[in-house]
Amino acid sequence: MKSVIKIGNAQGFWGDIVDAPQRLVESVPDLDYLTLDYLAEVSLSIMAVQRQTDPSLGYARDFLSVLASLTPHLRAGRPLRVITNAGGLNPRGCAAACMKVLREQGCGHIKVALVAGDDVLQQMMHAGSEQTHWSNAETGESVLTIRDRLTTAHAYMGASPLVEALRQGADIVLTGRVADPSLVVAAAMNAFRWSHAEIDRIAQATIAGHLIECGTQVTGGIATDWLEIVDPVELGFPIIEIEDSGSFVVTKPPGSGGKLDLLTVKEQFLYEMNASDTYLSPDVSVYLDDIEFHQEAPSRVRVIGARGLPAPATCKVSATYRDGYTASAMLTIVGQDAVRKARRAGEVVFERVKRAGFELARTNIECLGTGDSVLGLVSTPVSTSMLEVVLRLSAADPRREAIDRFTKEVAPLVTGGPPGTTGYASGRAKVRPVFGYWPCLIPSGDVRPVVELMEVTSS
Amino acid sequence: MTATSVNVRLGAIAAARSGDKGSSANIGVVPRTSSAFQFLREYLTPERVLAYFAPLEPTGIRYHVFPKIECLNFVLEGILAGGGSRSLRIDAQGKALGQAMLEMPIDVPADLLGELVPHHSMKRPEV
Repeated sequence: MKSVIKIGNAQGFWGDIVDAPQRLVESVPDLDYLTLDYLAEVSLSIMAVQRQTDPSLGYARDFLSVLASLTPHLRAGRPLRVITNAGGLNPRGCAAACMKVLREQGCGHIKVALVAGDDVLQQMMHAGSEQTHWSNAETGESVLTIRDRLTTAHAYMGASPLVEALRQGADIVLTGRVADPSLVVAAAMNAFRWSHAEIDRIAQATIAGHLIECGTQVTGGIATDWLEIVDPVELGFPIIEIEDSGSFVVTKPPGSGGKLDLLTVKEQFLYEMNASDTYLSPDVSVYLDDIEFHQEAPSRVRVIGARGLPAPATCKVSATYRDGYTASAMLTIVGQDAVRKARRAGEVVFERVKRAGFELARTNIECLGTGDSVLGLVSTPVSTSMLEVVLRLSAADPRREAIDRFTKEVAPLVTGGPPGTTGYASGRAKVRPVFGYWPCLIPSGDVRPVVELMEVTSS
Repeated sequence: MTATSVNVRLGAIAAARSGDKGSSANIGVVPRTSSAFQFLREYLTPERVLAYFAPLEPTGIRYHVFPKIECLNFVLEGILAGGGSRSLRIDAQGKALGQAMLEMPIDVPADLLGELVPHHSMKRPEV
């Protein structure tokens, strides 16, 4: 058993740099595990739309080209294991597509495991009003208010089924919704043969996973001091070097760009963190207040002190439901009185939609450049002195035809709106479905993960 | 303001990062020095932060101080007007809130600024 294992994360979301996994694997020849995180809160509802048009979709297709880029290393027998939630809504469809890639690339020896069981949509759709655990965890509303409009419902699984897949010999573990840090926890639990009772070590690995789950956000991305980072073009993706004790270093590939120090690690540690001394995951509850960060060397920060408490008895579910339609359009308005002209133009558009017979449920006019993105917090400009502003118009309504009408009323501003109206090159705004987000907490025992090992046949 | 304090933007003595949690957002504040942390843990009361963000109509605030790593975390409830794909705002996911937080004007003891690298702009932009 190695005394230190290296776990890298090379995708922080669906849409991240596509050749990052290949570059990370090539720049760190002794990387043991590669994790790829594709799923944000609403990613699964986007996948649901894709699956409506083609039932074989519903997963992060980017992963197929990533996998193809890794096949030279897999073919050469490099002992690298990949753990990813690219399976999205359809891990089975994703696995089938992956097998095809592996077969075509001559990687017949590679074992792919599928971890499913996170999809609880059927249970939720049949929930009765007495089953209060499906109620909205933020608002307390009953599931009955949205039950007929549900599109997805996925429980956050923990590391256990991923570890099971690795122990069965999987080189590539494909799953759907798992808690983001569990990808890293699974790697460490498998490498060091930790049992579930090792809660302090699992707590450390959970913090490791939390720090790298968003990829370059810990290596200089979105850092307050971003303008000072070295070589942002070659921004390095993060690596965890973890020991059997659970103590770990967060670092990045030698020679890569970016910035990894106490400040960036602290910023990312706090990212999407609750106002609490405890971080909850399906694997462990982590007590945070004794955590310490120590800069050991340039681009190397050691993390110690996370303590484990028993995991919560409930499992978080992220559900989404259809909630009407939306669109937003942008135009740039230039010249004297730019802000007044922009705002008046926006009012004209919404008035025309109204006279066409559509009282829109919700509308918003933003004059970007004046501080509207944070409603006047950042600056209070003297609007008469601004010679350029971006007008952003948004609307939402249960009726698709109402939003469709709104999108058609924007272009006429090019000829009938204020002077200096420009920037319409991208064409008519797209009508998009709105997905409401519905978090809830169900008994952990109601989630039953399934592990299935597949093998590439040489046919 | 007393004779020994100066009015600067929060960004002169701290870094910040924000993210979304449903229709709420969190803002992590990382003071740049230990003395800045000791000052801010008293100064940045939840009431003061909630009042600053009032234009965005948050419905409540929760906060936690991390004493060992010297950081503060604020969760502004309901600040994202629905959040996710529901909000009509350009910043539906609260990505800009950390930067907005750093523009908060604060009165700090003058000696706090002495130990800081001077390139972090102290002043809010003139408008």
